[in-house]
Amino acid sequence: MKSMSFIRRVATYAAGLSAVLLLTACERPFQDSVQHGYRGTGMVQVYNPRMLAVKTEANQAPVALPAASGEGPKAGQAYKNVQVLGDLSVAQFNRLMVSITAWVSPNEGGCVYCHNPANFAEDTKYTKVVARRMLQMTQAINSEYKTHVAETGVTCYTCHRGQPVPSQVWFTANHQPYGSNFMGDKAGQNEPSKVVGLSSLPNDPFTPFLLGDLNIRVNGPTALPSGNRQSTKQAEWTYGLMTHMSESLGVNCTYCHNSRSFQSWENSPPQRATAWHGIRMARALNTGYLEPLTATFPEHRKGELGDVAKINCGTCHQGAYKPLNGASMLKDYPELAAPSSKAAQVAAN
Amino acid sequence: MADYLNLFTTVQATGPVHHGEALGPGNSPRTGHPGISWLLGKIGNAQIGPIYLGGLGLASLICGLIAFNIIGMNMLASVNYDPIQFVRQLFWLALEPPPPEYGLSWPPLNQGGWFLICGIFLTASVLLWWVRVYRRAIQLGLGTHVAWAFAAALWLMFVLGFFRPILMGSWGEAVPYGIFPHLDWTAALSIRYGNLFYNPFHALSIVFLYGSVLLFAMHGATILAVTRFGGEREIEQIVDRGTASERAALFWRWTMGFNATMESIHRWAWWFAVLCPITGGIGILLTGTVVDNWYLWAIKHGVAPAYPNVFPPVIDPALSLGVKP
Repeated sequence: MKSMSFIRRVATYAAGLSAVLLLTACERPFQDSVQHGYRGTGMVQVYNPRMLAVKTEANQAPVALPAASGEGPKAGQAYKNVQVLGDLSVAQFNRLMVSITAWVSPNEGGCVYCHNPANFAEDTKYTKVVARRMLQMTQAINSEYKTHVAETGVTCYTCHRGQPVPSQVWFTANHQPYGSNFMGDKAGQNEPSKVVGLSSLPNDPFTPFLLGDLNIRVNGPTALPSGNRQSTKQAEWTYGLMTHMSESLGVNCTYCHNSRSFQSWENSPPQRATAWHGIRMARALNTGYLEPLTATFPEHRKGELGDVAKINCGTCHQGAYKPLNGASMLKDYPELAAPSSKAAQVAAN
Repeated sequence: MADYLNLFTTVQATGPVHHGEALGPGNSPRTGHPGISWLLGKIGNAQIGPIYLGGLGLASLICGLIAFNIIGMNMLASVNYDPIQFVRQLFWLALEPPPPEYGLSWPPLNQGGWFLICGIFLTASVLLWWVRVYRRAIQLGLGTHVAWAFAAALWLMFVLGFFRPILMGSWGEAVPYGIFPHLDWTAALSIRYGNLFYNPFHALSIVFLYGSVLLFAMHGATILAVTRFGGEREIEQIVDRGTASERAALFWRWTMGFNATMESIHRWAWWFAVLCPITGGIGILLTGTVVDNWYLWAIKHGVAPAYPNVFPPVIDPALSLGVKP
């Protein structure tokens, strides 16, 4: 009987150890479950209140500088080489410049991160050229993509959060970085990537969907086959993109979809339409604003394959379903709401 | 008195080890000297070996090892032959089928060629093993139930990796060889084909899967509960029903009004087990070939219930005019 108790003890320890090992990857209870659709259909959002608290804290908008007077000479008259914000008054212009420094490069020496201190007007620093294009991009987002950003809008801070390079950007993945191409192809997937929530799904769904415009929809329109040739493998790429969106927004699939039929718009929450426009927005910004800056960026800012840092859902959202918890910084910076001439009108009103 | 109501066998009857009965012509000699393992005797028979390998077993093992090594070497190559990363990322690594654009043609080695070679060897391996299982049963004068149950599992395997890809016209529809990758593939298959939840054969397969588990638990518990009356001698109880059998039967008649018999419970279990992959295989075979979207199929046939709309109406933005494409 002595041997029996020994076996029991070993079995107990083994069971206990494996339970601990299995549970290490789990979040501790309890999670909040919020109903988000018709009862009994599993349309719920699951939140970990402890992680939600961290995310809420991390997504606080900074306090805006006091509004500046629109009186006096225009920046375009007072300064040389002001291509985007020339319609602002000097006071407004300088307020925005100070704000941008605080939003983008607070620890990089202030103005000199973009400007040559000897001549603020010259475009010798790549950062200045990029910043100008990013200002135009911000104005384009706020005026052309209200379908996604609504009246909340975005500012530099939405993405940058005090860093010259936003913390969540993407580069095209080098899927077979090793010398041999004889074996070991991962087909763009099968590595523990945070992009896809540590699943083995394709971990660069951005290149085909947020740079290219490959078909994201994989479901067919009819019950029986009628010519839809999307494959299971393509579904994995779509799944990868959707997992990225879920991770970026801190939501479940059911935030946008009724998971009984991912394709059905009739059963979908309205957030799905907002997200649809967001995908188009990210794609248009990557092709229209980021990619054309490839020659402008220095090598150390580029990815493994020499491409520029690009935008995905996480770039703005950073874990919150509304960036900065839905706070609108744009209302304090109306000059970012639309391209110059319109911005001037808004400011004048 | 021996007590069988235990996690482990508490009493191990050991005698002289034996090689088993003599085999007729056309059989190989058995491999290895039989021994006694006290520890394994705790959960099964204490005698280990000899094993019958034979030509079929050897060929099956060789083919299986080749397939195993093709998978392993591809996984190893995908982490640049780093043994530490191989272990760390093992659950994520895989040998992937060819991209869909290759259809049923032979792709380059690194674009699914290895996958197809691996599939050929793995198929050969399991088929050879099936013949071996069948032949060993015949040689021992048994029925061939185990072989046919194994064949049911092979049906599902061949549907997933052979019949369905051929019907779909693409090897890319096959399942990757990898732990997480094959699970993600499973989810992606369901998403692509409009939710396998609405596939009735998938539902049947789940019924038989969970049903098998339930039957296994009920049967195991019943026999353990009546072993104190000799109930573990199931075969004897079939032809000469004793108090163990009667009590077990009475227990189930009391609790649910109906009971299996000592022999029929095994038929139940066998059919539940084999029907799980058989119905599952039918469900997979129909997916994409006969039915493209199981949700829409279920709507069409009144299977999927309608729920009240709680959201404001949402229209597919791709259909609206004036949106950015």
